Amino acid sequence: MNIAVLLKQVPDTTAKITVSDGKVDVEKVSKWSMSPYDEYALESGLQMKEATGGIVVAIACGPDRNKKMLTDSAAVGADTLIHIPLDGISDSVQIQNILAAVIKMNDIEVVLCGKQSADTNSGSTGPGIAEILNAACVTMVSEVSFVENKFISVRPSIAGSEKVSTNGISVFTFDKGISELRRPNVRGIMMAKKKVIETIKLEDLGIVESDSGRIILHSQNPPTEKEPGQIFEGVSEIPTIIAKLRNEANVI
Amino acid sequence: MKFTIIAETNGDILHPTTYQLIGSLSSIGAESTVICPNGKGSLEASKIKGVEKIISVKGDCFDLFDGSAWASAINPFCEGTILISASPNGREIGSIIAAKRNIPIVQDIIEISKGIVVTRPIYSGKATETLEINGESVITLRPNAFESAEVGSEAPISIVDQTSDLRLSIIEAINKASERLDVTEADIIISGGRGMGSIDNFSHLELIADSVGAAVGASRAVVDEWGMPHRMQVGQTGKTVSPSLYIAVGISGAIQHLAGMRSSKYIVAINKDPDAPIFTIADYGIVATWEEALPILQSELMKL
Repeated sequence: MNIAVLLKQVPDTTAKITVSDGKVDVEKVSKWSMSPYDEYALESGLQMKEATGGIVVAIACGPDRNKKMLTDSAAVGADTLIHIPLDGISDSVQIQNILAAVIKMNDIEVVLCGKQSADTNSGSTGPGIAEILNAACVTMVSEVSFVENKFISVRPSIAGSEKVSTNGISVFTFDKGISELRRPNVRGIMMAKKKVIETIKLEDLGIVESDSGRIILHSQNPPTEKEPGQIFEGVSEIPTIIAKLRNEANVI
Repeated sequence: MKFTIIAETNGDILHPTTYQLIGSLSSIGAESTVICPNGKGSLEASKIKGVEKIISVKGDCFDLFDGSAWASAINPFCEGTILISASPNGREIGSIIAAKRNIPIVQDIIEISKGIVVTRPIYSGKATETLEINGESVITLRPNAFESAEVGSEAPISIVDQTSDLRLSIIEAINKASERLDVTEADIIISGGRGMGSIDNFSHLELIADSVGAAVGASRAVVDEWGMPHRMQVGQTGKTVSPSLYIAVGISGAIQHLAGMRSSKYIVAINKDPDAPIFTIADYGIVATWEEALPILQSELMKL
């Protein structure tokens, strides 16, 4: 079985985000990492590969620094690495079309990705790709397995959680999973260094990069600064605080 | 520009976010068509001010949640700008409708004005961006970021039959152990961090939560180290919340935690370390241990 894992490189969650001249300054990002939920998608893909004897195809769009992330995914067991060089496209439906085209080229039976990325926090990619591929889609899953020709996944429900079964090509977006993430060993790291990263350009896919003009960025800004609050030593002011929250703020 | 709102329901009644979806358009002065999946909440929605008409879409596919099937059934009735809640289900339905119509989607907005110009948090709340959207689009709205529309109107309801093939089936329902309120649903959240000392001490937070109908949240540290359930985690790799009141107890306030709760209306922080970063965004900070602060907090809340 060919398992696609979609990976996105984002500023590490510990990294500070700097805004200058109305735009986030990506040059100042101190560390780039695999988006946290994608790590769970990758881990699940590796487990599925071990259980079914398939291969894991790791796919990433974005600037050249993404290659390091792809090599990192090979160090824990990804078999095929595909990089689509892109810079600046932010229209998510365009990105979905690009990823879907790469998925179609690789005879993929299942697509795994994070429930959302840690930069845009949107969560549009997985469901959008499912629509383009005419695939089943289950979001926010914590685990997926392949049993008797069916994908069995677990997702949250109002009552708690539920096991969901899908047939045929399926897309799963991952919340934090139940598995521990594996760490690369020395052999894995050495092997990964030799792994070739396949580059697929937009023209190879017959896609013309275009600025649709449908979304225009006005500005990016730091979060609104709150008025400084009041800090009290000790607990004597708690009754006053509660009274204010009750009578002035009306929140209790 | 026409606006279509896809209602979100909680059982048979409307979820509060549906009132917020309709309310968000009051500043634009636009009326909207509200689509009620499986007709749920349609009578209730017809009485909300700002609603032009209701389309109640009835079909077998709504018996369980399958975003693809729901989107296929709803899509024929959508027009113009399509608004839906940025809940997990709303994001999924919205993404699929956007892909079907080949129109852009902007998720999780916190402001909307004429133009259409929207603002949304990015990098998990470490920044925001303001975007202008031209033409048709799907927009998902962050719950609790908009004022609710008022009741006091009467819009016509049309009922249509439209279903789509389900791509998935539920083979087992698993009930959760606790019946506690979810952090994303709560108006008040009381969260604990490593400063609580041990997982057992969370019972003190639960007691206070129960007295005011609050949800209990947790920092990443205690979820990872003490095995608290991940659904309680507030922060960049957990839930993003914006309750009316957020009480952080024994949470130092790592950048990832602040990202998940900074849009709360009021923040109270209790921490014994006066230099804890959580105090930088707190409206009220109390420099004390939880052992000192919680009994007083509880007795004050009981008096209300």
